[in-house]
Amino acid sequence: MTSSPVLILDGLSKSFGSVRAADAISLKLFRGEVLALLGENGAGKTTLMNMLFGHYMPDSGKIDIIDGSGHAKPLQLGNPQASIAAGIGMVHQHFTLAENLDALDNIMLGSESFLHLRRNKSQAIQKIQKIMNDSGLVAPMDIAVGRLTVGERQRVEILKALYQDVKILVLDEPTAVLTPQEADKLFENITAMTKNGLSVIFISHKLREVLAFSNRIAVLRHGRKVGEISSKEADERKIARLMVGEETKVFSKKELQVGETVLEVDNLTISGSSKRESLSNISLSVNKHEILGIAGISGNGQTVLANAISGLVKSSSGQIKIDGKNILINDPSNIIQAGAGRIPEDRHKDGIVGQMSVAENMIIEDLNNSKIQSRGLLNNEAIMRHCSDLSSKYDVRGPGPNASARLLSGGNIQKLILARVFEASPKLILANQPTRGLDMGAAADVANRLLEARQRGSGVILISEDLDEILSLSDRIMVIYDGKLRMAETHDRETLGLMMAGEAA
Amino acid sequence: MIRIEPRNTNFAVFTYGVPILSAFVALILASIPLWLAGAPILISYVEMAKGVFGSKFAFSEMLTRATPLMFTGLAAALAFRAKLWNIGAEGQLYLGAMAAVAIGTGYIEAPAFILLPLIIAFGCAAGSVGMVVPAILKTRYGADEVVTTLLLNFIIIIFLQYMLEGPLKDPMGLGWPQSSPILDQGMLPPLMERMRVHSGLVIAIVCALIAQFMLARSVWGFKLRAVGENVFAARHAGIKVNHTILGAAAISGALAGMAGVSEVAGLKGYLTSDLSPGFGYAGIIVAMLAGLSPIGVVISALFIASVFVGADSMSRAMGVSSYLADLVVSTSLLCVLIGGFFGRFKLVRTNLEGKN
Repeated sequence: MTSSPVLILDGLSKSFGSVRAADAISLKLFRGEVLALLGENGAGKTTLMNMLFGHYMPDSGKIDIIDGSGHAKPLQLGNPQASIAAGIGMVHQHFTLAENLDALDNIMLGSESFLHLRRNKSQAIQKIQKIMNDSGLVAPMDIAVGRLTVGERQRVEILKALYQDVKILVLDEPTAVLTPQEADKLFENITAMTKNGLSVIFISHKLREVLAFSNRIAVLRHGRKVGEISSKEADERKIARLMVGEETKVFSKKELQVGETVLEVDNLTISGSSKRESLSNISLSVNKHEILGIAGISGNGQTVLANAISGLVKSSSGQIKIDGKNILINDPSNIIQAGAGRIPEDRHKDGIVGQMSVAENMIIEDLNNSKIQSRGLLNNEAIMRHCSDLSSKYDVRGPGPNASARLLSGGNIQKLILARVFEASPKLILANQPTRGLDMGAAADVANRLLEARQRGSGVILISEDLDEILSLSDRIMVIYDGKLRMAETHDRETLGLMMAGEAA
Repeated sequence: MIRIEPRNTNFAVFTYGVPILSAFVALILASIPLWLAGAPILISYVEMAKGVFGSKFAFSEMLTRATPLMFTGLAAALAFRAKLWNIGAEGQLYLGAMAAVAIGTGYIEAPAFILLPLIIAFGCAAGSVGMVVPAILKTRYGADEVVTTLLLNFIIIIFLQYMLEGPLKDPMGLGWPQSSPILDQGMLPPLMERMRVHSGLVIAIVCALIAQFMLARSVWGFKLRAVGENVFAARHAGIKVNHTILGAAAISGALAGMAGVSEVAGLKGYLTSDLSPGFGYAGIIVAMLAGLSPIGVVISALFIASVFVGADSMSRAMGVSSYLADLVVSTSLLCVLIGGFFGRFKLVRTNLEGKN
């Protein structure tokens, strides 16, 4: 593609204390291209984008915006308003929507003048409708964002950016929550929009889509740009090597004879306050030495299913049996005692107590253990030893066992949770979106641990929106749609994708 | 533009220096109204210091004042650590005092080693009930405990007034709405001869030490902190959230009730409806100032009591209005609270170019 650049990042550096999060990164973005930004967690992608968006002030370097007539104009650094005015829009990985407002208000928020007394909603709706038609991104406009699914919220985020007539759109892990079909559609439409002059930077961990939909790929590692290649010349192996500095190991799944049933869910029905909080007549079983994959688009009942098996919600009818014994529903401690380990969907909210120390978070499910406590008093020495043992065994890296758990990176928080879950040698493992938001290294670690547990004899339920993950790990696959579970007879992307969309396969 | 950022560094300078600096700023600010009132500033402050440290009596008065603040401060601190907003320490204090009076004024005749523990036990139990009820309403029905505990304060105070005009009224009290005096063997022994400071202070400090230890080292404290910091993760990890909240409520209420016991059985000897000049509410400030740490509560209660007693004594010595004393107290509190904020956060100035 030989077109003019719209954005030039020149030697941007940013340090946090002694950490150089970005080290003299230079990058060009051309009109109408899709530039993929790749790198492990902590490679500097988010830092770089935050500098572009004015959230961080670079220590050195500059950013030039080239307008339609080819004049380069330096961007005022560290000022989000200037970035917005220059037509840069960003869709964050962690959404920045007001949960109590509906989608329409969220989209209009920030693009209205304070002095406009009457809001022209119908005009806005027309404009949004047009964007929806163009992009295929559909989300309900009149429901409070807090009640939308993660997938829908992301669509609202993207719509919001598009509504503000951006010239440069940054997407941070945009497809993490979309179905393959939706993702393909999103990229199709992004490709269409780039024809009208939109330039897109997208951050992703999924090499397949990076290769398929980007024009160029820039790879960051340890705050430096280590490579920039045209997507046509790249292949997965080449990019992976650039990202981690070595070839990633591909996990191998051994054929195993399945054992007896560890979990049986029988006609479980939950009538929640809304459709996506409800399940109707769900039955499933998981055996020893087996991974049951549950695929589905977010908001089809995965969360409530996981919560029911975790003991967090009450069922209207139906039973859950672990090892043939009925489990008292609505009591997580009961489920833990029965031998179930749970990897929660939202690791920051349900997985850790951020203000408490790493060591304390390691033992939080194990407070009755006589090694941890005697007569109600905690044995600090044993806790510290436990923590350092597990930290080295599960490679949890951070500022030490006494540091607040919130200071760990997302990948290390997940490793902490894995350590907690796997150390209890559970009979059943419930992993809900275990690799969401993780870099390749950490995601591979999670996958390997799940396979290891399967080998050791655990039964695993893997709930994921990442179809590749489901396909590569699962022995059996079920698809959840609209609160109902269906067994997938064939394991191919096409069939599963259709089932996820609710169409009969 | 100005942004607020948490300080990452935890220098001793900030932990100790900031409160001291804030106290100085408070003295400077409070000197303005003193000057306007025509009092010589330096001498006023000397009088204020004398009012706290000038004599054994002054110092013991300060300790006497600090004792109930320690109890109500602990009550607030423990509840707040569990994110249970107990605003009702004032009411629970009176419940504790009523129970102490009901038991201790002759209803049971027993030697001190039986009667005194009984009075304390009943006082704590009564305070406990006063907090457990709103906690049950919270865990069962989701009633906001800020509202229920606050409103209970008024209900309890009206109930107290009824009791003091009725069942608890002293027949020898010449018609005053006050209770009979607690029996001598039911009184908390004094700590110093001819001084008002009593062994309630020792109990308060022991309570603070135990609370500090239990929070950091016990499973109970672990659960309480986990529920307070992230109730979702605590529940997910199998911690029984409602049990934990009810437990925290019981202890918090008991401590507030103990404040009432200590005032009535340590200091006054009988109960009136003005036993507490808002110790329950001041306990919230004590707890916040202490950063919700039990040991910190002891220190901040001493500080606040010093300001109260010192300012009082100064206004009397200088012949200025006692409102000035209140002004000094509130200025100091504001400055130390603001100072505490700056100890934890910093302001970062960014100009339009965005340079730091």
